[in-house]
Amino acid sequence: MASHATQSLGDGADDRVFLDLEGEHHPEGSTMLGFWIYLMSDCLIFAVLFATYAVLGRNYAAGPAPKDLFDLSLVAVNTSMLLFSSITYGFAMLEMAKDNIARTQLWLAVTGLFGAAFVGLELYEFAHLIHEGATPQRSAFLSSFYTLVGTHGLHVTFGIVWLVILMIQVRQRGLIAENQRRLMCLSMFWHFLDVIWIGVFTFVYLMGVLQ
Amino acid sequence: MFSNPDLQKLLFGRLTLEDIPFHEPILQVTFAGVVVAGIAVLATITYFRFWGPLWRDWLTSVDHKKIGIMYVVLALVMLLRGFADALLMRSQQAIAFGANEGYLPPHHYDQIFTAHGVIMIFFVAMPFVTGLMNYVVPLQIGARDVAFPFLNNFSFWMTVSGAVTVMISLFIGEFARTGWLAYPPLSGADMSPGVGVDYYIWGLQIAGIGTTLSGINLIATIVKMRAPGLSMMKMPIFTWTSLCTNVLIVAAFPILAAVLALLTLDRYVGTHFFTNDLGGNPMMYFNLIWIWGHPEVYILILPAFGIFSEVTSTFSGKRLFGYTSMVYATVVITILSYLVWLHHFFTMGSGANVNSFFGLTTMIISIPTGAKIFNWLFTMYRGRIRFDVPMLWTVSFMVTFTIGGMTGVLLAVPPADFVLHNSLFLIAHFHNVIIGGVLFGMFAGVNYWFPKAFGFKLDEFWGKVSFWFWTIGFYVAFMPLYVLGLMGVTRRVQHFEDTSLQPWFVVAAIGAGLIALGIGAMIVQFAVSIKNREALRDVTGDPWGGRTLEWSTSSPPPDYNFAFTPVVRGLDAWWEMKARGFQRPMAGYKPIHMPRNTATGVILGVISIAFSFAMIWYIWWLAALAFAATLAVSIIHTFNYNRDFYIPADTVARTEAQRTEALAAVRA
Repeated sequence: MASHATQSLGDGADDRVFLDLEGEHHPEGSTMLGFWIYLMSDCLIFAVLFATYAVLGRNYAAGPAPKDLFDLSLVAVNTSMLLFSSITYGFAMLEMAKDNIARTQLWLAVTGLFGAAFVGLELYEFAHLIHEGATPQRSAFLSSFYTLVGTHGLHVTFGIVWLVILMIQVRQRGLIAENQRRLMCLSMFWHFLDVIWIGVFTFVYLMGVLQ
Repeated sequence: MFSNPDLQKLLFGRLTLEDIPFHEPILQVTFAGVVVAGIAVLATITYFRFWGPLWRDWLTSVDHKKIGIMYVVLALVMLLRGFADALLMRSQQAIAFGANEGYLPPHHYDQIFTAHGVIMIFFVAMPFVTGLMNYVVPLQIGARDVAFPFLNNFSFWMTVSGAVTVMISLFIGEFARTGWLAYPPLSGADMSPGVGVDYYIWGLQIAGIGTTLSGINLIATIVKMRAPGLSMMKMPIFTWTSLCTNVLIVAAFPILAAVLALLTLDRYVGTHFFTNDLGGNPMMYFNLIWIWGHPEVYILILPAFGIFSEVTSTFSGKRLFGYTSMVYATVVITILSYLVWLHHFFTMGSGANVNSFFGLTTMIISIPTGAKIFNWLFTMYRGRIRFDVPMLWTVSFMVTFTIGGMTGVLLAVPPADFVLHNSLFLIAHFHNVIIGGVLFGMFAGVNYWFPKAFGFKLDEFWGKVSFWFWTIGFYVAFMPLYVLGLMGVTRRVQHFEDTSLQPWFVVAAIGAGLIALGIGAMIVQFAVSIKNREALRDVTGDPWGGRTLEWSTSSPPPDYNFAFTPVVRGLDAWWEMKARGFQRPMAGYKPIHMPRNTATGVILGVISIAFSFAMIWYIWWLAALAFAATLAVSIIHTFNYNRDFYIPADTVARTEAQRTEALAAVRA
């Protein structure tokens, strides 16, 4: 493939042309690639937390185990909040493509509300567990549980803050190219968190209760 | 300080006046030295009215060239600190035998070897590597800047913040006494209740953010911003090794961030990841930190390999031998570096099969490395070799690194490792490859690219003096450690009973003294070169008969690097341009799109120092404030949409005309 590109370049042009004199070689659009690479680095942080949970997740230290703690129906509601928020973000992006500011903002707001509901339910779950004495300090299992789930929750919280800021910026400047790019980045971030959550739900909650 | 202890605790956390070590004479002298030198620097800047330019053209700059230079300056400054630690250790070990306790008590000695390792890896080698990549890669690929110029500035200031945090520990409180990787349970809250490990954690965490982001930045730059025609298999080898290094950075540093975060939780929140009780498992830490740590050594060495490739080919006047095999060797090393981490703790007890696997992968990694050595040798074979300073470092590297590589293969044999583990043999091995590989590579790079960055060459005589002192000093300092290691002497020992070992330690200390002279000669080299800069001036932009695109522009390059984007047809693009009679165009310039400077990076850097200081000393109000400020500054930054501007065509024309005149003056 590489040799092809060279050839086509050599064929048409004079071999002694060493400079792009027309000068509109403008390498733009590295943002999406850069953001992808960032997401993959973030993914590695989650990989470490998953691995830690895999190794330490059954070290209950004579304390409570997943079966004693997790309420699957609550987690199911919680999961649906996050999955719905991914769909609504997708709707927002469709409206963005149609250049409809009002509807984009509407769907973004709905997404934010679903996200907030997710974080709220997670906090409720944590408070409930801590109330029962299942604190992060109780056992290595609980340390790694809170850290994995909590890191995801922090990411969602950060995503909500980012979403609010983007809504303000879209309101101020409309769907200009910069804002579209930013919305695309947040979209990738949001869906990425959804994928991570599917891992958390399966690996921590479902498999924990099935044990 | 206050009569009310609660109020003091609220305001200052666990920081009290007793934490400032007035009573340590070594620190008093150091502190006085730092204050005097600091005042001298500030006075000089004020005297020359340099504050404005310093702020506008350097600290807030998003220009990859300026940022690259600042990284290298940071590395050189921190090298002095790290080397001072080395001298303290070598002299302590040379005298502390039998009845003589030496002058460093154990609690101080332990901090010194920890600080030495942390500083040399994170704040010397890393900024050196990052700085050279930052400076050179965009020029080699014919780009005008990196993909994310502001992010580049921010990454640099995060690295500086980490370095400053570690330096503060010298004068307020203490540093970790755990060794450079802070293994738990020693680094846990029970065994290390003081602030030392917290300085370690926050210093590295903040610098690590910068490193990860700069890795992302350079990958995007190399993938997306190459000049037209510059396909992957035409990229200069330094760009290739930089690409692989940055892939390693992005794939390794998040692991460090995560494992440090878990240690932080153990220490601050009381979780049980790495504790011995309630289900924790310290060996998790060993595995995770080395899954970062082993790729880290390749992060450091690959760019050095790239520099040696450029230097060998330039100073042999030949195309690099085996370009394709060099690329594949680099990629293979990149992949294999993830499959060897367990060789750092064969003694963990994971069993013969696991140890064999990691022993084998470790030995296999020496194959692509060996291929590289042969490529360099064949490049030199029948070349017209010019032994300028960069080439001297390269030749010395080839010999030294090969020895270090062979002792590494020895250590890769698990039964041998059970004997040599944690001994001075290991210390000699990794200094052999890090000094003989990374550091020699960086020195070759500095001597090679200095004329590009500043427009004049470095003084050759003092460069050679420095080179010989370093090379000989290295052998004198570290060969005795191999011997001592084979005799069973372990690392991190502050005092010895067996006086028969002393002569070896004395020889090693003499070696450290020779290296000190090498560093001194290097400082003299910079000073003499700056003084004689007119005599050493190079206006051609191509002082060495270079082969790659960075030599096609002026020295120092203009802000925009290239007035016209180069079009690349083959390997060694600039060599080919010269061979085919390339003429610089004199007209037809266009406005050039450039990023604007910004102070956000500096501000975030300062706030980060405040944040980590507050976290270390439990000053919670300041930590909360600094965290909120970080968020606020970052958010405000996103509201600034005015981030770029155009350099007008006539400014470009004027700059290029100046260069034309200068070139004509030389030819005449």
